[in-house]
Amino acid sequence: MATIGSPPSKAWGGSADVSTAFAEQFGTTRPEGPAWLAAVRERAMASFQAAGFPTTKNEDWHFTNPSPIAEATFEPMRPPRGGLTTDHLTPWLFGETAWPRLVFVNGRFSPALSRVDVIDGITVMSLAVALREEPSLLERHLTRQADTEDPAQVFAAINTALMHDGAVIHVQKGVSAKAPIHLLFLSDADAAGGSSQPRVLIVAEPGSQATVIEQYAAVGGSRYLTNAVTEAWVGDGATLNHFRLQQEARDAFHVGTTVVRQERDSHFVSFSFATGADLSRINVYAGLHGPGCGATLNGLYMLGGSQHCDHQTRIVHFEPNCYSRELYKGVLDDASHGVFNGKVYVHPAAQKTDGKQTNNTLLLSERARIDTKPQLEIFADDVKCTHGATVGRIDETALFYMKSRGIPNNEARKLLTYAFAAEVLETIPIDALREGLERLTLERFTGTVNS
Amino acid sequence: MIQIHDLHASVGGKEILRGISLEIGPGQVHALMGPNGSGKSTLAQVLAGHPGYEVTSGTVTYRGKDLLEMEPEERAQAGVFLAFQYPVEIPGVSNAYFLRSAYNEIRKARGESEADPLEFLDIVEGRLKLVDLDDSMLNRSVNAGFSGGEKKRNEILQLAVLDPLLAILDETDSGLDIDALRTVADGVNKLRRKDNAFLVVTHYQRLLNYIVPDRVHVLVDGRIARSGGKELALELEERGYDWVTAEQGVGGQR
Repeated sequence: MATIGSPPSKAWGGSADVSTAFAEQFGTTRPEGPAWLAAVRERAMASFQAAGFPTTKNEDWHFTNPSPIAEATFEPMRPPRGGLTTDHLTPWLFGETAWPRLVFVNGRFSPALSRVDVIDGITVMSLAVALREEPSLLERHLTRQADTEDPAQVFAAINTALMHDGAVIHVQKGVSAKAPIHLLFLSDADAAGGSSQPRVLIVAEPGSQATVIEQYAAVGGSRYLTNAVTEAWVGDGATLNHFRLQQEARDAFHVGTTVVRQERDSHFVSFSFATGADLSRINVYAGLHGPGCGATLNGLYMLGGSQHCDHQTRIVHFEPNCYSRELYKGVLDDASHGVFNGKVYVHPAAQKTDGKQTNNTLLLSERARIDTKPQLEIFADDVKCTHGATVGRIDETALFYMKSRGIPNNEARKLLTYAFAAEVLETIPIDALREGLERLTLERFTGTVNS
Repeated sequence: MIQIHDLHASVGGKEILRGISLEIGPGQVHALMGPNGSGKSTLAQVLAGHPGYEVTSGTVTYRGKDLLEMEPEERAQAGVFLAFQYPVEIPGVSNAYFLRSAYNEIRKARGESEADPLEFLDIVEGRLKLVDLDDSMLNRSVNAGFSGGEKKRNEILQLAVLDPLLAILDETDSGLDIDALRTVADGVNKLRRKDNAFLVVTHYQRLLNYIVPDRVHVLVDGRIARSGGKELALELEERGYDWVTAEQGVGGQR
């Protein structure tokens, strides 16, 4: 990791100097868009410049120092030279070539690699196209959820200021999507030294149901930054399943923020799978703005080497009779560092809130480290909320049990490690996705395939 | 099959086994009885190689080899099986995968070819009936959410699939109702052969109504206080353990 070279100038420690790369980019290659968006972009860039990058003095960044990203002064990501074919997508498709998919390479929409047939009642298009064809939808929803004023959220502000491409998914009232919609953000070798700012907007109208798989991966490793923002609006009685897979190149940086607003009786199910990148920070924020909502936030992070991955989740109960469930599990090997910072806020009006939050981490090495901070802030008096965190090593009793059946020590350890991770993967209802992630996980620990 | 000679073992510096000698031959069923805390389960765990127990002296020879020198997995691969008193739950590992891994490791150790999932399924299907378990259990995690009876039957299923030469049943009867007890005992009886042996550890005599032992040993305070034929079990049932401990003068303080 690089050291901080710029003098601490701002009162809270922000470093304005290193923010100039993004500011210059904003000044010289300002993205196109309608007037309302231009104004939003101006404000976002201004708040980023005022705040600079956060330091570990900022409570939300206490365990993650973003200065390696700040120091790297990324250029806008170079367009791919081409040459990627659908064959290159195979590892990322879970064997499901028929799912509608939008593919982006180095932050740019690739129509040739994408596959979007007309789906009744569902609009799936690139952000650039949506800005032309769906201006009123975008004006209603785009940039409405992500906070760009908070100094802890400068990465969302940078994305808002600089976003140029991404995906827009609009599910009409009462429509149920039959297949998951797959958004695949690939970076290739030409991504080196560049940053992309993917933006996703999902609008699930009342009574609709949809599943979105948002995947970040690399073809050929290099050092680049993906700074993604996803906003979702889940209308009355709608259900959104959102699977987020961070499988970036091992040298890469990844910052991702998902912000969801839930209306009455809606359900949001989120899964964050993170195995990639050198340094990553993933925020998942759900606001339950109507009564009768359910939010489920699950995740699995598996790190090795010197990888660092920080999950920050926030579930805000504004209204009564809602539930939230959260299970994040981590497997940390070598000198990797995991962070889990989960907050559940229960506002005074949110009576009968039923909340459960759990973070379990398995440490495979003496040098691995987890900082876990499950937090409950409850301002209502009639609620049922629990939270807990465990950090442990392989269960010796189970290990002996397996060995007593003839399974060698190393195999038993790997199988138990897989089993620890598999508990949370089992919550994924899409067979192809669950099996694909289970296979990845099993191969990671055993080098064999389960069946 | 196995010769145990003057075996001493302790846990956390406290001696639990205080000189056990016992020999079991092929085709035999031995019952090991005794009051709570007498060391029955400790002996079972020591034979399986539990790392929590320290063998301080004595020898255990299994089929001509020094059992105590072997790792737990090597013992299993050589045909030793312990049916646990408290079977361990392993959420996330299916029974099918667990059993097939164990089965294939043991096959590998014997120099036999491994079974693929389909071949293995054939083998398991036949064994499931033996213990009256449904094949839906194969896709469930090992013992996770199983009732007490299901866990014990799963132990016997594993025994049936892995086909050991020396099976140690550690209080397999505890917590079983009479129907489950009969199922488990019938399963074990069907697995008895001329070339395998059983050591049945139990607190109560009732299991021995169904699994009839050749020899019965009474363990008191870490030593075998008395050995006899199957009628010894009935005598214990009638008179309790106190008369053995009094007779031996080893005291019933434990």
